[in-house]
Amino acid sequence: MKVTFTVNGRPTEADDVWEGESLLYVLRERVGLPGSKNACEQGECGSCTVYLDGDPVCSCLVAAGQVQDREVGTVEGLAQGDTLDPVQQAFVDAGAVQCGFCTPGLLVQTHDLLNRAHHPSDAEIREALSGNLCRCTGYEKIMDAVRLAAARKADARDAAPTGLEG
Amino acid sequence: MAALTKPKNLQDVAAPGRDGVGASPLRPDGILKVKGDFAYSSDLWHEDMLWGMALRSPHARARILSVDVSAALAQPGVYAVLTHEDIPGSKFYGLEIRDQPVLAIDEVRFHGEPIVIVAADHPETARRAIAKIVVEYDVLPSIGPVEALDPERYGYVHAPADYKAHAFGNIVHSQHIHHGDGDSAEVRALADVIVRGEYEVGMQDQAFLGPESGLAVPAEDGGIDLYIATQWLHVDRQQMCPVLGLPPEKVRLTLAGVGGAFGGREDISMQVHACLLAQHTGKPVKIVYNREESFFGHVHRHPATMVFEHGATRDGRLVFVKAEIVLDGGAYASTSPAVVGNAASLGIGPYVIPHAAVDATAVYTNNPPCGAMRGFGAVQMCFGYETQMDRLAAELGLDPVELRRMNAMEQGSVLPTGQVVDAPAPVAELLRRVKEMPLPEVENWRTADGPDVRELPGGLSNTTHGEGVVRGIGYAVGIKNVGFSEGFDDYSTARVRLEVIGGAPVALVHTAMAEVGQGGITVHAQIVRTELGVDQVTMAPADTRVGSAGSTSASRQTYMTGGAVKQAAEAVRAVVLARGRDRYGWAPAFAAGLRLAGGKALTAAGEVVADLVDLLGDEPVDETTEFRHRPTEAFDKVTGQGFGHVQYTFCAHRAVVDVDVELGLVKVIELAAAQDVGKAINPLAVVGQIHGGSTQGLGLAVMEEIIVRDGKVRNPSFTDYLIPTILDTPPMPVDVLELADAHAPYGLRGAGEAPTLSSTPAIVAAIRAATGLPLNRVPVRPEHLTGT
Ligand code: FES
Ligand code: FES
Repeated sequence: MKVTFTVNGRPTEADDVWEGESLLYVLRERVGLPGSKNACEQGECGSCTVYLDGDPVCSCLVAAGQVQDREVGTVEGLAQGDTLDPVQQAFVDAGAVQCGFCTPGLLVQTHDLLNRAHHPSDAEIREALSGNLCRCTGYEKIMDAVRLAAARKADARDAAPTGLEG
Repeated sequence: MAALTKPKNLQDVAAPGRDGVGASPLRPDGILKVKGDFAYSSDLWHEDMLWGMALRSPHARARILSVDVSAALAQPGVYAVLTHEDIPGSKFYGLEIRDQPVLAIDEVRFHGEPIVIVAADHPETARRAIAKIVVEYDVLPSIGPVEALDPERYGYVHAPADYKAHAFGNIVHSQHIHHGDGDSAEVRALADVIVRGEYEVGMQDQAFLGPESGLAVPAEDGGIDLYIATQWLHVDRQQMCPVLGLPPEKVRLTLAGVGGAFGGREDISMQVHACLLAQHTGKPVKIVYNREESFFGHVHRHPATMVFEHGATRDGRLVFVKAEIVLDGGAYASTSPAVVGNAASLGIGPYVIPHAAVDATAVYTNNPPCGAMRGFGAVQMCFGYETQMDRLAAELGLDPVELRRMNAMEQGSVLPTGQVVDAPAPVAELLRRVKEMPLPEVENWRTADGPDVRELPGGLSNTTHGEGVVRGIGYAVGIKNVGFSEGFDDYSTARVRLEVIGGAPVALVHTAMAEVGQGGITVHAQIVRTELGVDQVTMAPADTRVGSAGSTSASRQTYMTGGAVKQAAEAVRAVVLARGRDRYGWAPAFAAGLRLAGGKALTAAGEVVADLVDLLGDEPVDETTEFRHRPTEAFDKVTGQGFGHVQYTFCAHRAVVDVDVELGLVKVIELAAAQDVGKAINPLAVVGQIHGGSTQGLGLAVMEEIIVRDGKVRNPSFTDYLIPTILDTPPMPVDVLELADAHAPYGLRGAGEAPTLSSTPAIVAAIRAATGLPLNRVPVRPEHLTGT
């Protein structure tokens, strides 16, 4: 079958898709976006997290056919050109990236959290990221990264003229 | 055949960084990783590429009566279906003993053993082809670690007529250590108190997130280029060449992005399979395991049964220890011999004990093969001896930390192997530091609005509002060796090139070190900046065009490949300064006293005598060197005596837990660590290692176990094999000590493994303190706490 959808704002078409294929497979193997990761392919690790119509989902659990005419956002769409999103920059700066295999999913999940909650408590951060496994960091630096990103975004909001939040 | 070129998506980790030794510059691969642009081994793609897949045994032990692949071969889209009969060269491989068939021959010895491999145009085509293969088995009763010790009755995992090891029945390797007078009757009489305990450690999985994967590309010279996630490129190749029937120069490996390793990539997995399929089809072949196959596709941490006896005087001086350890090595040897060596030589812990008798043995069974995992034989022992120390303290009415400090080893102490520890060994100091850290708030779950269930055992399952919740505190300390031991010729190779590019001096580092996430490439750049005084350092991709770097394991890479990079940079500096002698007529003694910093040559007093750019001129300086640590010796077969390890490393933990004693649920509230790293080359990365290692120890304490029944793996998924999430993992304050080891580059001490040892027993000690239960097995499960 053929699937037509939008990825990171770009209209995209995938041909010859077998009906059992997941959105993750289509992104990684058919449309050249391998940033979303494949650590379990059974909905348990969060490494494949992407936005689907604005909500974070495990793309390994979404059948490719389900995304027809919908909007997908992946880790590759977070940065504006060479300018990293504050969440991406904070993960690098805080030492939250070791092997980095969990990172794309955590970035999307954190990006979503900080859009919803400007000043999340530690307990809220842990709750929001509880579906994303990381085997390398012990999560301490990930907590630091999320706190850092939240603080930097708050500073940016304070500096920006009112009405331009985001 | 289509033109075979380099695969797309292969990364170029070339971004220059900043800062030298002792700073925490950002990872050179960090930006690529957060952008989703870093190419892991599972991301590679090649024009015309096929997908490889394996058929694996559903039985732990069976004779293979027949294999019928005809229906699979006939399926459209299938390009190759191979069995052991199609292997051009040797049919066996192995790290220490070549006992593992590339594809099963006439019998299978563990659940998940590969029998047939398939290459097809789509992973689903390959899956369907696999489903059409018909194998007839004669299933035999599987041999476990108990049966293995009685081969006369239960049989041999490997038929006695086969390759090595069978002279010893089902025993892969054993090591005895006899220290002082062992546990003789006279020695026992000296002890006022003897504590005996039996302990068990379950099978832990490395559970790295990036699945085993790689891409094999046939080359026009008849060789193969393999892009692979591994820990040791050269030993992968050494095992692959005889199987493929190719000389080393025709098997070229390049490291692709590695999604964690922790020992699980020390053995080869899909490497040979992908190459065989590529050789056979003439097309690039990619193999990517899914999570279930990953559980079957790599070795695990050895499950252990341990019997300890500790004797002490009434005032708490250890007199003797006796330990008997059996490690379940599974169906093939992997690194079992070295794991046994570690278990025996590190088996009494970081204590001074005048008499010791230790026996460690690994057995062949029909369970999944076990081998390297972070902590490598020392993890299991630490759970045993630290539990014993707590029990002994209770028996003597002493504080458990005080008992440890009284018996702690220090620089100059003699180990049970007879080796004198000739570098700092601040065991008592680490315990003191971890004990003196401020304790977390009691009943931290109470808030003005009532209990916050997220802070309680059971969390959002809302199982308690504080009723039945008891706090406990526990301590532990451990000892781990660094580097390869027992006389192994441990070396690493580095090439450093310095040249002027665009008017500035630029260094290039080329090694075969596997960057698996630990940050070795960050450290290499720091070392070169420090030694050569340049800002810009680029990393060549790790590959087999340069000499071996040894494995990214045994906490050894910063010491070994870091040491090699330092040595190569020093060689480059010597050439650069020699040019100054020619160019400016410097006296040799004057040149030898110069250093390079900030792009200049400086005297010791800081006076600039030349610009590095001028010194270099048009001609690059390019030096390759091999670095070795001082030699070690094999342990004596009978007494276990010998200078077996090059360096020791220590970490202490304090765990604070809340236990819901009614439901048996544990919440680790805080896990504090103190570790000596000799010199923190990159403090941020060091703390990251301590956090990560501590968390894997937490997993072993309360969650992680591969359940094997009659040789069958019951939980090969992240649904059933649970690793710590961010909710399970507490704040982890870390205190890093830097007491230099004069034998090591910059005085550094390998840091990656020690934190994995003591975190497990510290947590279990805390649970014991809360519950009063003996808890002699890890992982501790709710039913162990509730008795149901
Ligand atoms: S790969 Fe989708 S949740 Fe793990
Ligand atoms: S950084 Fe390796 S899994 Fe998170």
